[in-house]
Amino acid sequence: MQFSTSCSPFIPANTSVSLVMRQVLIALTPVLGVMFWLFGYTVLLHLLLASSTALLAEAGCLWLRKRAVTIHLLDYSALITATLLALAIPTIAPWWMSISGTLFAIIIAKQIYGGLGYNPFNPAMAGYVFLLISFPQQMTAWQTPYTFLPISDSLNLIFSGSVAFDSISSATVLDSIKTTKTLGTSLLDLRSSSLFGFIAGQGWELISLAYLTGGLWLLYRKIISWHIPTAVLLSLCIPTSIHYLIDANNVANSPLFQLFSGASLCGAFFIATDPVSAAASNTGRLYYGALIGLLIYVIRSWGAYPDAVAFAVLIANLAAPAIDVYMRPKSTSQR
Amino acid sequence: MATSSTQSIIRNGLWHNNQALVALLGLCPLLAVSNTVINSLGLGIATTLTLVLSNGLVSSLRGYILPEIRLPLFVLMIAGIVTIIELLMHAWFYQLYKSLGIFIPLIVTNCAIIGRAEVFASKNRILPSLLDGLAMGLGFSFALLALGVFREILGAGTLFSQAELLFGETAKNWQIHVFDNYTGALLALLPPGTFIGLGLLIAAKNAYTLHK
Repeated sequence: MQFSTSCSPFIPANTSVSLVMRQVLIALTPVLGVMFWLFGYTVLLHLLLASSTALLAEAGCLWLRKRAVTIHLLDYSALITATLLALAIPTIAPWWMSISGTLFAIIIAKQIYGGLGYNPFNPAMAGYVFLLISFPQQMTAWQTPYTFLPISDSLNLIFSGSVAFDSISSATVLDSIKTTKTLGTSLLDLRSSSLFGFIAGQGWELISLAYLTGGLWLLYRKIISWHIPTAVLLSLCIPTSIHYLIDANNVANSPLFQLFSGASLCGAFFIATDPVSAAASNTGRLYYGALIGLLIYVIRSWGAYPDAVAFAVLIANLAAPAIDVYMRPKSTSQR
Repeated sequence: MATSSTQSIIRNGLWHNNQALVALLGLCPLLAVSNTVINSLGLGIATTLTLVLSNGLVSSLRGYILPEIRLPLFVLMIAGIVTIIELLMHAWFYQLYKSLGIFIPLIVTNCAIIGRAEVFASKNRILPSLLDGLAMGLGFSFALLALGVFREILGAGTLFSQAELLFGETAKNWQIHVFDNYTGALLALLPPGTFIGLGLLIAAKNAYTLHK
């Protein structure tokens, strides 16, 4: 009788690209749920537009590059890019924004560099920054949370823009901090304004909480390692805490506020941990994450744009190869 | 080099050794001024004129230039020619002169010009050198124009805006709106957009050469 024996290791590795990417998609569902509850069908429409564009663009590029189309499409990486981008752009943005952003992300930021595994920049953030720089007006007008839009209104809004815009859009808290700062007025009354929830922007803190939940689940499933998120969040919290001790009147300096506004948690768990564009070694990841956190703090405090995660991640992406060179593990003979 | 025929000079200048797309020389003005078609055209003409004159001058004086001090002499001659062109533009195309600004005097530092002086004009007779300057200049202008079209359409949604800077008052209504209600992708007008545009242009040229 013959037994079939397989080689070691006997514990199956959890490393197939499509498996990892599917887990990331699952981890993003709480965010999608919360955003659907806060904003309505607009989120889903943008997700649909971005995903279909991403799949079409990816398939087209792969076909042009004479690669196996179905294998690479089924690795879900294009879907992740589209989902992250669709969740990041304002829900009331017109339809062509999610399409052009996704096209830029997939074609320019990913496929031109050689596809998955070769892109130096995080494609979703490259697409986001492309949109933010090109169309700043549309990219900073967010839907007011708790204004659930039914499907007909969502369709009208995204495809013809015929719904009264001002009634459902408002500035985010990070936005109004920027404007009050330039006006030179006190930030104290921001806490009592309707924009503010428990610790950060009304509604936005829930989205951040959903990102945190998904991120912790990814950590638990060992899809991402703890190094990058911890480094990002710590290096964002430490300077803001010091700043807060000096000037406690400034709500924007509260570390909890910084964590739960904008894209801090999304960036720490979902964007910065992108295995392709991040640093490769564990020590390198700590430096890479710390750089992102510090850049978020610096750009948010003194930059011209309200949020900074996308810029911080792209700059750190540029630094990642250099970090890898200096953090190369020593070979055993050199120890 | 001395035996290169008229045909190969023209072909090299316009395509095979295009200073902007193959040699990647003179990128500073190429990237900075190509934001509209008219700006591109203005700088393209000025650069072409400089190339023809400097090639001619260097070639006619090549017997008297000591090899040890040739580079400073080339720069001196090019600077003189660019100053003449700058003064001419100041006199006749004042609006364009203002809109191109510092990039007219900076033609001096365009490495394509000193490159042609060194590689071609200092080793060839006057007539081929003049032709080489013209071909290289036209090739450079072609790349500038292509980039200008790309950036103006994407960045502002127009073509030939401000044509009056170059063609006088009659050209005021030449402006074409390519898209209606298009606010423009600002990125295309900013430096990163230019780098992306140039990259795509080079890729398109390489793809065309490869498939031929």
